[in-house]
Amino acid sequence: MTRLASIDSLPDANPGSLRRFLHGLPGVDEVGARGRVDALGTRSIKNEAKAWAIDLSIRMVDLTTLEGMDTPGKVRAMCAKAVRPDPTDPSVPSVAAVCVYGDLAATARAAVGDRVHVAAVATAFPSGRASLEVKLADVRDAIDGGADEIDMVIDRGAFLAGEYARVFEEIVAVKEACGTAHLKVILETGELRTLDNVRRASWLAMLAGADFIKTSTGKVTPAATPPVTLVMLEAVRDFRDATGRLIGVKAAGGIRTSKDAIKYLVLVNETVGDQWLVPDLFRFGASTLLNDLLLQRQRMATGHYSGPDYVTID
Amino acid sequence: MSDETGAPAGAPTARVEVRKTYKLFIGGAFPRSESGRTYEVVAADGRFLANAAKGSRKDGRDAVLAARKAQPTWSAATAYNRGQVLYRVAEVMEGRREQFVADIVDAEGVSSSDAALQVDAAIDRWVWYAGWTDKIAQVLGSANPVAGPYFNFSLPEPSGVVAAVAPQESSLLGLVSVIAPIVASANTVVVIASSARPLPAITLTEVLGTSDVPGGTVNVLTGEAGEIMPWLASHADVNALDLTGINDSALAVSLERDAAGTVKRVRRPSPDADWFASPGLSRLRAFVETKTVWHPLGV
Repeated sequence: MTRLASIDSLPDANPGSLRRFLHGLPGVDEVGARGRVDALGTRSIKNEAKAWAIDLSIRMVDLTTLEGMDTPGKVRAMCAKAVRPDPTDPSVPSVAAVCVYGDLAATARAAVGDRVHVAAVATAFPSGRASLEVKLADVRDAIDGGADEIDMVIDRGAFLAGEYARVFEEIVAVKEACGTAHLKVILETGELRTLDNVRRASWLAMLAGADFIKTSTGKVTPAATPPVTLVMLEAVRDFRDATGRLIGVKAAGGIRTSKDAIKYLVLVNETVGDQWLVPDLFRFGASTLLNDLLLQRQRMATGHYSGPDYVTID
Repeated sequence: MSDETGAPAGAPTARVEVRKTYKLFIGGAFPRSESGRTYEVVAADGRFLANAAKGSRKDGRDAVLAARKAQPTWSAATAYNRGQVLYRVAEVMEGRREQFVADIVDAEGVSSSDAALQVDAAIDRWVWYAGWTDKIAQVLGSANPVAGPYFNFSLPEPSGVVAAVAPQESSLLGLVSVIAPIVASANTVVVIASSARPLPAITLTEVLGTSDVPGGTVNVLTGEAGEIMPWLASHADVNALDLTGINDSALAVSLERDAAGTVKRVRRPSPDADWFASPGLSRLRAFVETKTVWHPLGV
């Protein structure tokens, strides 16, 4: 796909400057994006390459539980699984992080210690409908609880209404509240409707200081789709070319099978290169994906098909 | 009129026959083999009949997934409801009687009256097993006398997902005699049809697809049992094996050994059964687990 020829000058926080920049980004060829994704999706990854991809995918998982019915016990059980995904096989790596609601960050931190990261969703997740003070208090709560990664949602209403500066300032304020914690900005691409908007929101988030851009909350369908992820990866690549900074991408929601996960890895490799094939720069937000990765891993280790009786029920 | 169409009057062009593409039956749908392979099916007299899909181990895996997904729904349906559904299979088969007869005549090289006997027996067998669905618990279960203030019941429950091989010779009656008892006792099944005579089985899938049997309850693969079965025998998500159609005893032994790895129930009957004989309860009894419940008296 085409690269942006060059970014003459990055905008400042001035509303007019932001708008001119974001609306000056070239439009996304949606048919082309789908075609590219479909073509890359046919790559066949087998044997040693598959084994490598499965282990890498496990290391990239943000093991997630974001339900109203989450209990401290459930979070602790999930944390145990995050550290040691398959208790029968110590060669299985730990996942990248656990992802919980802010009030459970302390429980998660106590359970995992410093063995995996603790990500907490904040800023009135998942809708993002609250005042800035409330959102910042939400972030500080999560940080106090021990979260070292914050998954914030953008105000999609403001974004769609064209109030880019408001979204920008919110991200800047949250980033400041995060301190040393990593900030992942959830674009909720299912609500942005067009790939043009996905490109604009990606740039907006990166300009405002995001360390990661994340597709979705997982509460809206469609969640992560390959074309959306492709557009975000391209934005990340162009941002690196323009600024030299490396921004991570997190595909969250709707990725359930190892096959899907491997397709995403191919997409990453072919769009931004293998530099991004590390847990610090690419993540999967998922709950059921890990079980399927484990089943595939067991299948490759034992030579026979495994079944859901041989992994934990989450 | 004839001048306008360019065809001479009174000489209609020969109609081009619409040939069927034979496919697998997995999860209520008719997919091609994942491997893209097909094999030639010939009639008993050696005449070419059709190309059928040659299932691979991945088709087997997909079928097990479908069967596992269907298992909770099928076993949670009331026994009475399962009986109605199986009876409906018999009804729909009756409507396709002529097609089944023609398929069997081609496949087995028997006379059409012998084939008709086989079709009738297969339809009757569905009805027979349909009647058994709500009687299995009474016959195989029991109220057990115990020395204490308890009711004590034993009840049959389905084993789960059964991988079966249909008989190689009896292309329809043998197949029905294998799968009907498995689904009647609330299991779901992945069955590999007769390798040389798969067409009656394929016609049966079209019946199953249109007779209220929930998708995934019965999954039919065509191809070589010797290629697919080792993967199903060692598959950790298969609960039981029915090796009726395995004629090669060395293969059967190796399948039994594979099945032991995950303690599957295995049924390996004598290969030359008389399919017209009354089936008895042995097949209904084969794939159930007995659960015994103690319940305090007087509460």
